[in-house]
Amino acid sequence: MGIEHLLSQVEGFMYPNEIELQWSVLIVLYPFITGLVAGAFILASLERVFNVVEVRPTYRLALLTALAFLLVAPLPLQLHLGHPERSFEMYLTPHTTSAMAMFGFVYLWYLMAVLIVEIWLDYRRDIVLQARAQKGALRFIYRALALGSDNISPRSLQIDDRVGRIVTIVGIPSAFLLHGYVGFIFGSVKANPWWSTPMMPVVFLFSAMVSGIALVLLLYMFVSWIRRTAIDMRCLDTVARYLFYAFLIDFSLEMLDLVHRIYEADESFKSLDFMVKTRLFGSQILVQIILGTLVPLGLLALAQVVRLSDRARKALYAVAGVLTLIGIFAMRWNVVIGGQLFSKTFLGYTVYKMGFATREGLLPAILLMVLPFVILAVLVRLLPPWPPTADHRESA
Amino acid sequence: MAHRFSDIEHLLRLAAIFIAGIVLFVAVRAVLVPDDFGVLGHYRAGAIEDNRQRPLVHAGAEACGECHDDVVASRTGGGHESIRCEACHGPLARHATEPSDQAPELPDAASVCLRCHLPAVAKPEAFPQVDPAEHAGNEPCDACHAAHAPRLEGS
Amino acid sequence: MPTDRREFLIGSGRVLIVASGAAALALKHVLAGTPGQAPGYAVDRHWWAMAIAIDRCIGCGNCVRACKSENDVPLEPLYFRTWVERYHVPESDADRPLVDSPNGGYDGFPERDQPDDRFKDFYVPKLCNHCAHSPCVQVCPVGATFESPDGVVLVDKDYCLGCRYCVQACPYGCRFIDPRTRTVDKCTLCYHRITRGLTTACCEVCPTGARALGDLKDPSDPIHVFLREHSVHVLKPQLATGSKVYYAGLDGSAR
Repeated sequence: MGIEHLLSQVEGFMYPNEIELQWSVLIVLYPFITGLVAGAFILASLERVFNVVEVRPTYRLALLTALAFLLVAPLPLQLHLGHPERSFEMYLTPHTTSAMAMFGFVYLWYLMAVLIVEIWLDYRRDIVLQARAQKGALRFIYRALALGSDNISPRSLQIDDRVGRIVTIVGIPSAFLLHGYVGFIFGSVKANPWWSTPMMPVVFLFSAMVSGIALVLLLYMFVSWIRRTAIDMRCLDTVARYLFYAFLIDFSLEMLDLVHRIYEADESFKSLDFMVKTRLFGSQILVQIILGTLVPLGLLALAQVVRLSDRARKALYAVAGVLTLIGIFAMRWNVVIGGQLFSKTFLGYTVYKMGFATREGLLPAILLMVLPFVILAVLVRLLPPWPPTADHRESA
Repeated sequence: MAHRFSDIEHLLRLAAIFIAGIVLFVAVRAVLVPDDFGVLGHYRAGAIEDNRQRPLVHAGAEACGECHDDVVASRTGGGHESIRCEACHGPLARHATEPSDQAPELPDAASVCLRCHLPAVAKPEAFPQVDPAEHAGNEPCDACHAAHAPRLEGS
Repeated sequence: MPTDRREFLIGSGRVLIVASGAAALALKHVLAGTPGQAPGYAVDRHWWAMAIAIDRCIGCGNCVRACKSENDVPLEPLYFRTWVERYHVPESDADRPLVDSPNGGYDGFPERDQPDDRFKDFYVPKLCNHCAHSPCVQVCPVGATFESPDGVVLVDKDYCLGCRYCVQACPYGCRFIDPRTRTVDKCTLCYHRITRGLTTACCEVCPTGARALGDLKDPSDPIHVFLREHSVHVLKPQLATGSKVYYAGLDGSAR
């Protein structure tokens, strides 16, 4: 947009360098995507580590979902960087005082040492079977995935299971770290009072769990609908219950932050309060709080206290799930964009004008959100998540 | 021997891939990290010199004085002696290096004087502020004041 | 008098005149804290800072113009290495000053107010504070911004990724992304000048001496007197950034 037009939309006073926003919708996408990854993984680990057997039907789907989104996660960052070709510098000379520098390693660790290993160990028997059964290019792919190994003896599968369990146990704090540090990236910026709070990593983490669980819930329903298979209602109800619990905690944390701000009313309060009531009203009050938190919480609570038919519950969960995802996206938006709309002088406000077909515009954002589903579709073809339990584990 | 490890052979292959990856990473890192990185702090020490290597655009008043010492002398006691040359004459490093390279434009008397001396509420009261209409009936400043030594006799 | 002795006296007299002239010039440079074209610049012998006297700033904008020309800063009103703010503080509500900075003060300030005792008005020049405990350096993921051994926070343009984290972390709003290089840019205290015995472009053209470069490691530098004899403030002291831009006479309403 024209500079003159941007300047005319500034209200009050901002430092001249603050007028144009630094972080765009792509930086909103990044925590949203990694949050989905962390949340989906936590759901999967509920079954693997905490033996919540009811959610077993979603186990493999949750892992593949996590992988599909994790693969896309660095892309919004690459599009945003002024020099993406230099991004490898974060691996060469990471500045240990910078939370952002840790991104490269935490991401790599989580992708390689946790997620891929866990998926591989769980699927290995199926991969080897496919390698034996397929022909041509697919055979090559499966053989490569099996790392050339052909051994699926009961003992090797038993070892896989044990190693997989350890990986998941290590994976839970890794998932916490993967998304918690994103919260810390914002929470540790003392210059910005909208961001600077020790609660930020915790709030991010719980909202991540909420979004991840909601996503797997929706995907499970969608995939069952496409395959015309029956939904395991016991599984669905359990997933929805965990979604409800996580949401309660998340909502409490956010309310605590809000109440604390209002009570202490420090130097930034008036400016932030005004911003929330004006420029951020739609995305914060209407979308995030009312539509994206209170309504789904109410719906989920309803399912807990009132006896509803299977059909009613499915509809309720579907609506709650979609609203939840919208709400958590709005939360990321309000943190990232909201944190840049007000001036550090506390005397002014600017606007965020999102382009459409620009490098950091709406179109790339939409494409980046569609891409993980495309990848998931490929993964699901290659490594079908059904039957959801590998036979070997039931016999072990 | 092969049989003993055959049940974990696939895990050993995975471990081998990981180790190979780490070794490759360390090797690549040794090649790609600039030699002077980390010498003075967590940055490329050569960046300090890079920041020094900008061309000068302003010469600095001492450079002006090297050739125009008569002007420097003429300013003493005139009221503007603490103002350095390029404050009014603009950046002149090219001229100082090679006079024919850049012909300094003489600033327009009215605009350059009023830039500082036009009255404004935010200016410190002690600073001489002059309304051109009231002060001199909109006569140009240089009708009475020499820019280099504006102080008038008896004032 | 024998000819050779007279010639000697005249010759040595000439030499003395020239030498004393040169010595006087050199002394003036030294007294001004600028040791001339020192060929070898020792980084560990300086600790740069800036002294700003609010009661001298007249908002002429010379500094903003000089900085943009010296450092090739884009001319759009969104990119400033230094800028000047104008404050209009109501007596009744000092918490809500009216502040403006039209094009950063590049063209000075169009007068819009009548003198009014109910308001306090002044200018505040702003620039990078070259913090000793800089939050921007802390957050850079790769080490593309740093504090030099002589106290100047610099940017390594060949290493910067353009992630903009440092821009978010700076409490003073002094960083921006240069749209041409897509890397971060900010005041470098005219590092290319101060390491050659010159002063910064902004101090060079300030007509009232409101801005003055200071070397805290030089015992004869006027900044020591400045710090002793004025009530001195830094911006946002509660953030403990170790700011090295010292304001004398800064009103509490200044942001």
